[in-house]
Amino acid sequence: MIPQAIYEKLLHPFRPWLLAQDFAAIDPWIEVRADGLPEICRVLRDDPDLAFDMLNCITAVDYFEPDEKKAAAAEWQPHLELQYHLTSTVHRHRIVLKSRLARWQNNEIGQLPEAPSVSSVWSTAEWHEREVFDLMGVLFVGHRDLRRILCPEDWAGHPLRKDYQMPVEYHGIQAR
Amino acid sequence: MAEFLAQYVPSWLAYTAVGLVQAALCLVVALASAAVFIWLERKVSARIQDRLGPTRVGGRFGWLQPPADGIKLLCKEDIIPAAADAPLYRIAPYISFCAVFAVFLALPFASGWVALDLNAGAFFVLAVAGLEVFGVILGGYASGSKWSLYGAMRAAAQVISYEIPLALCVVVPVLITGSMNLVEIGDSQKGWFTSWYLFHDPFTFVTFWVYVTCVTASTNRAPFDLPEAESELVAGFLTEYSGWRWVVFFMAEYAAMFVVSGFGAVLFLGGWNGPIPLASLLGLTPENHAILGWLGNLLGMANFITKAVLGVVFMIWLRWTLPRLRIDQVMTTCLKYCVPIASAMLAGVMIWTYLFPKGVIDGVRHSAPVVQQASAQPQSGDHR
Amino acid sequence: MSTERMQPETVEFDVRTDEMLINMGPQHPSTHGVLRLVLRTDGEVVNEVTPHIGYLHRCAEKIGENLTPRQFLPYTDRLDYLAGISMNLGWALTVEKLLGHKVSEKTRHLRVIVAELSRIASHLVAAGCYGLDLGSFTPFMWTFREREKILDLYEDLCGARLTCSYITVGGVTADVPDGWLKKCEEFLTQFEPVIDDLHALLTNNAIFIQRTAGIGVMSKATALDYGCTGPVLRGSGVDWDLRRDGEPIYTEMYDGYTWRVIAAPEGKYPDDHPYPPVPPETILGDSWHRYFVRMLEVVQSMDLVRQGIEKYSMAAGDVDEPIPLKKKLPKGEAYLETEAPKGQMGFGIVSDGSPVPWRVRVKSSSFCNLSVTPELCQGVLVADIPAIIGSLDLVLGEIDR
Repeated sequence: MIPQAIYEKLLHPFRPWLLAQDFAAIDPWIEVRADGLPEICRVLRDDPDLAFDMLNCITAVDYFEPDEKKAAAAEWQPHLELQYHLTSTVHRHRIVLKSRLARWQNNEIGQLPEAPSVSSVWSTAEWHEREVFDLMGVLFVGHRDLRRILCPEDWAGHPLRKDYQMPVEYHGIQAR
Repeated sequence: MAEFLAQYVPSWLAYTAVGLVQAALCLVVALASAAVFIWLERKVSARIQDRLGPTRVGGRFGWLQPPADGIKLLCKEDIIPAAADAPLYRIAPYISFCAVFAVFLALPFASGWVALDLNAGAFFVLAVAGLEVFGVILGGYASGSKWSLYGAMRAAAQVISYEIPLALCVVVPVLITGSMNLVEIGDSQKGWFTSWYLFHDPFTFVTFWVYVTCVTASTNRAPFDLPEAESELVAGFLTEYSGWRWVVFFMAEYAAMFVVSGFGAVLFLGGWNGPIPLASLLGLTPENHAILGWLGNLLGMANFITKAVLGVVFMIWLRWTLPRLRIDQVMTTCLKYCVPIASAMLAGVMIWTYLFPKGVIDGVRHSAPVVQQASAQPQSGDHR
Repeated sequence: MSTERMQPETVEFDVRTDEMLINMGPQHPSTHGVLRLVLRTDGEVVNEVTPHIGYLHRCAEKIGENLTPRQFLPYTDRLDYLAGISMNLGWALTVEKLLGHKVSEKTRHLRVIVAELSRIASHLVAAGCYGLDLGSFTPFMWTFREREKILDLYEDLCGARLTCSYITVGGVTADVPDGWLKKCEEFLTQFEPVIDDLHALLTNNAIFIQRTAGIGVMSKATALDYGCTGPVLRGSGVDWDLRRDGEPIYTEMYDGYTWRVIAAPEGKYPDDHPYPPVPPETILGDSWHRYFVRMLEVVQSMDLVRQGIEKYSMAAGDVDEPIPLKKKLPKGEAYLETEAPKGQMGFGIVSDGSPVPWRVRVKSSSFCNLSVTPELCQGVLVADIPAIIGSLDLVLGEIDR
């Protein structure tokens, strides 16, 4: 199924949740509202015409420019973007779901943004979401066991954020 | 020999002196066999794996590798973990080694060449060799480590699995000979290789392989090396051991390999009787002259040691070929397969010896009572 | 409450066994690196396994945000260090996807040759270490002996044995030296009979079958649900291989090659090679099948290398040079998964138009393959843990990145 058809298939039940799409991009993508993720994903997995049975990867991209001069020139407002790469081994088609999040919940620095977890749809999301939480600082609501996965459990901060500062010291070890 | 000495010195001194000499000889054999087998294992495993093995220490073939290893290990720090039960932890390796060493006392190297000619020799070997596992259990338990504890518990589970079929296997040659005396069992297999108990009848042939399975388990060698399974339990009961204590455990293992191979050789492979009765063909029997008898025994000892070493090589070959069984599979193998097979073979041998008391394969072979009389003679003039 | 009455039977037979928590790793012989598993055991029975990872975390993604794609390339070698070239290929193709770059025929065939060689090397390590996990030492030495020869080939090719960085963005670092292809063919000729030795030592060994058959059975649905890929997925009978089913930029590489995906959806493997028979006690999706798929893929990769050598010799022109070190990247995003030996290795790149990517994503196949262990290891024996972990063929360098 071509991306256009996948989009049209989603359009009927989820029209208000679909925000943007680009089928001419290198990897065609559909942007959805974060709160609709689990339902959309469930349909993507269960609909026999879509049958996205494999979640390849969950990624987050931090759109934030620490340098103020460059930030002024940037064409986007600071935000986080979640990306879900999906594959169907049945129909051999792919699609990318994107979802925008605020960098901080309610614009309060330190308050991690929230997104619903899709680990109930694909179990592999469990570890991917833990990784995104660990490295990007996104709270996945409904996740069974949201702990850090790559960094130590008492690590401070989320290293892949563009404004992340490496701690000066960690348990007596000089870090920078 | 003790009786001979007692004519000249007080009898307590004579017995003590003879005992000490024999014990020292056995200790030398035990240590030498351990050293040789460690070298052999390194060489054989290397060849199996397309390597060279030791080539430098002591010439081209690395003869001096075991002493070099020993010196290195002696220089290592002797660690006793804080959580360990120190006295038990220290004593455990010696229990293992002493048990194995004690077996050497009852192991005949040639007709009558045995430190302790026990009437219940087979029973003694079984009982004392079984003690080796106590050192393993104790060491694992006293280490205060979870992995060691696992190793110890596995050793305990394994010992109850293999001891029963092992004993059943040992009963078979005892039944045929009609004696538990190891010298008598060996002597009763005199003659050509066809008179070995391995070829006595089909049942003994099968029993031998059950015996091989069980003793491999009893020495904790692959595929039954569960107590120290390094890919699962780090090193099992040996996890916390280092330096000298580790060496002692190691020597106990290798000496035990020699013991069970030698024991098997006596029980099934004719002991010191070669495939051809070379000694009697050459007239090297005590009937002709005491010196000739002594030379014949020397030949017999060479036979015995060759068989025992071949047995050890077989075990080494197994270890470097087979993967490890799981603990439940070990227990299944031993209890569910080996015990019924050994029992059936025992019954089979009973019927066979009842039907063919003189044996069938080799008409020359003596039946049990005749052998007893025959072996009684050299015993009276034995060389102790 | 005192109203609760004690039954005499329960008192008499109340043999209480405590559960024990055991740390398997990060320093353990069979966790293939610095993986730590916390086992909750009741005697020999494992009730729960919790993997803890991150001991080898080197911030590969963050490093990628500070380097140009070609500078980042040597870091990809260190992900799955047993198949560095496959990692190079994944990254190179991802950047080429973003650039819209297409390599020449000659380059394409050369890439197939080295990538399939790295698959053989990786699967050899997997098979050997699996034997080691089950207590069999000799296959380990034998497979490493053969792998050494592949590493020797690499050394002749680019000077490095493990971290080759040979396939680069836009091409390869250098064409093959004189006589290399012949050496490569000689290796394949002498390697062919060794596979039979390995089958005799492991695949058909009764104890090996006992230890692996029916252990860690993973259904198709579970495998897909947990995002398992590569031989782990195909071992469960899913007919899926990115070399055939992947994105065009990757599948084009294999255009013109004749080969079949090694999977047994109905429990039957392709029969164009004299493979040993599947033992009846195995269940599709168990550890034995995962191991077996790898062994079959070794044979298949040898065939692909042979075809590659032939096609490379026929192809006209030169191999491609790599792109300039600080070439500006077009604005956009690209994500590509390739069929690395361990599974589907994904690289992603988000570019803002500068030579340095805005965001680099490394999706590890072993990461997903490991995430299924808590599911597989429920109620197994302690000795089965290495048998399951080993069959997943994990590399911690790739999991922790």
